[in-house]
Amino acid sequence: MHNDAVHITPYRTHLWVLVTLLALTFVTITVTWIDLSALTVLIAMVIASVKGYIVLTYFMHLKYESSLFRVFVFMVLAIYVLVILFTFSDYLFR
Amino acid sequence: MTEEKTHHPEPSYLVDTGKYKGLMAWLTSTDHKRIGLMYMYAMMIFFSVGVILGVVMRIELFFPGEQIYGPQMYNGLFTLHGIIMIFTVVIPGLAAVFGNFSMPIMIGAKDVAFPRLNLFSFYLYVLGAAIALSSQFMGNGPPDTGWTFYAPYSIQTHTNVVAAVFGAFVLGFSSILTGLNFIVTMHRMRAPGMTFFKMPLFPWSLYATAWIQVLATPIVGITLLMIIAERWLRIGFFDPALGGDPVLYQHLFWIYSHPAVYIMILPAMGVITEIIPTFAQRRVYGYKAIAISSLAIASVGYFVWAHHMYTSGMSTTARWVFSLLTFLVAVPSAIKVFNWVTTMYKGSISMRPPFLFALGFIFLFMIGGMTGLSLGALATNVHVHDTAYVVAHFHYIVFGGVGFAFFAAIYYWYPKMYGRMYNFKMANWSFVFLFSGFNLLYFPQFIIGIMGMPRRYFDYLPQFTLGQQLSFFGAVLLVIGFVIMLITLFSKKGEKAPDNPWGGRTFEWGVPSPPPVENFEVMPELAENEGPYDYK
Repeated sequence: MHNDAVHITPYRTHLWVLVTLLALTFVTITVTWIDLSALTVLIAMVIASVKGYIVLTYFMHLKYESSLFRVFVFMVLAIYVLVILFTFSDYLFR
Repeated sequence: MTEEKTHHPEPSYLVDTGKYKGLMAWLTSTDHKRIGLMYMYAMMIFFSVGVILGVVMRIELFFPGEQIYGPQMYNGLFTLHGIIMIFTVVIPGLAAVFGNFSMPIMIGAKDVAFPRLNLFSFYLYVLGAAIALSSQFMGNGPPDTGWTFYAPYSIQTHTNVVAAVFGAFVLGFSSILTGLNFIVTMHRMRAPGMTFFKMPLFPWSLYATAWIQVLATPIVGITLLMIIAERWLRIGFFDPALGGDPVLYQHLFWIYSHPAVYIMILPAMGVITEIIPTFAQRRVYGYKAIAISSLAIASVGYFVWAHHMYTSGMSTTARWVFSLLTFLVAVPSAIKVFNWVTTMYKGSISMRPPFLFALGFIFLFMIGGMTGLSLGALATNVHVHDTAYVVAHFHYIVFGGVGFAFFAAIYYWYPKMYGRMYNFKMANWSFVFLFSGFNLLYFPQFIIGIMGMPRRYFDYLPQFTLGQQLSFFGAVLLVIGFVIMLITLFSKKGEKAPDNPWGGRTFEWGVPSPPPVENFEVMPELAENEGPYDYK
């Protein structure tokens, strides 16, 4: 958080985020009833990523922070992607 | 805990000025220096226990065949030795002790960013260590999996794996919180004028380390919980009998545990980078190269984990990818060694004990590093994997590297910590015994490893006897050296230390020995044309 400016998010924004997260949770559960075979995991991951994005942006205030914090978060995500890629260099070529 | 009045107007951090006195004053203190010392005392106790366990293993290995105990006890002993040495000594190691004691002073801060969180981290460390050690005395006996807890054996064994794993999980939280604290401290609390590229190189190494602590440790935390879930709830993550994949465990475990090697070694490199310019009275050669190489080691080192798994049944593609990355991580390490040696060139070298240990570090780390390359190469790895060669290699890195850097750091900052000097002659003797004992203990393991001696075996073929016996005598010398060091540092008070006994230039040498509670009576500043190592 900045030393010189504290951003206060209005309740209405928090409420919208809550509703969106609940709706996406409902979608996650609903798609498990549909047979999407190989796409099932992918869709669950995409919905979870969208939820994660909303939490980071609003609840964790990234939207209002300096770019340094966004760089940190991007770095973590990049490492996560690379770890998955390198792990799959084993599983995909066995 | 010594209590002394100094001539300085502000009382030293060793004097109890708060509500409590004596032990309680230490246990409730949020002062980064006291917390650093508490970590040090705890680690010395754990290290002593780990050394005793190692010697007990060496005694059994003196002759082939069963001598004083059988294979099950041997399995328990090397597991406990590994858990203690890895999780309670070398992983927190230099960062927890000297990162806490020195780093805030070196960057011109009064304390870390979150002092209470810092004390909480220490208590988590003590709690985690207590849980891990309690695994030896509860349930169905000490775990016999090795410190790596490899599945599916760790799922199937009836020994007390859950407590040991949960202890390691709690210790991980301590590590994460310390890393977080250090990152925020270095971002927010540097002295005026101290930009990132004017920060001393020990804090730089801690910064790189802290990121690994924060980013890698949660993975092993989850992995260890998955073991507990599989044992208790029979969820098939890793055991093929339950539909799991044991190689997945190895991936997840080493995704943390290889970067953990850099959590151990980066602060050690940072300490050496402080000691060499001080005792050579020379400006660090290639300051930015060393700073950036710390980040390069941290980032590339994150992606080399599977070189522990070449013989586990991984795909050929993965093997060559990880072999290539392993060779890449050697480059920034070599940059550091080159810069240390070049810093000494034409320096006014003063052969004091910290410098002697720093030289010992470079020598041993080089052997550990070079043998690491032969292990990183696929063709040679297949032959020496899981032999005594690997045992020798990682002890050269973890003990020869981290251990000797730890000893160097104690001898370097001891006058600042306690406000007292120590006997140089005794300190030099401790080096002679530790260095010769170390090499006699571990170098024969390279030889018998290449000859085919497997690791983690309590028995061996007669052709390995000489190597095992030489290692035993090396262990004896090593223990003598360690005892001499303890006597040198803690048996009697030396003469009063000046504020700057070594002629250092970083901020900690500008404050009284021992420092006052909030470190600085006048907050330091770095002028625009000043750097951290302005010797000549």
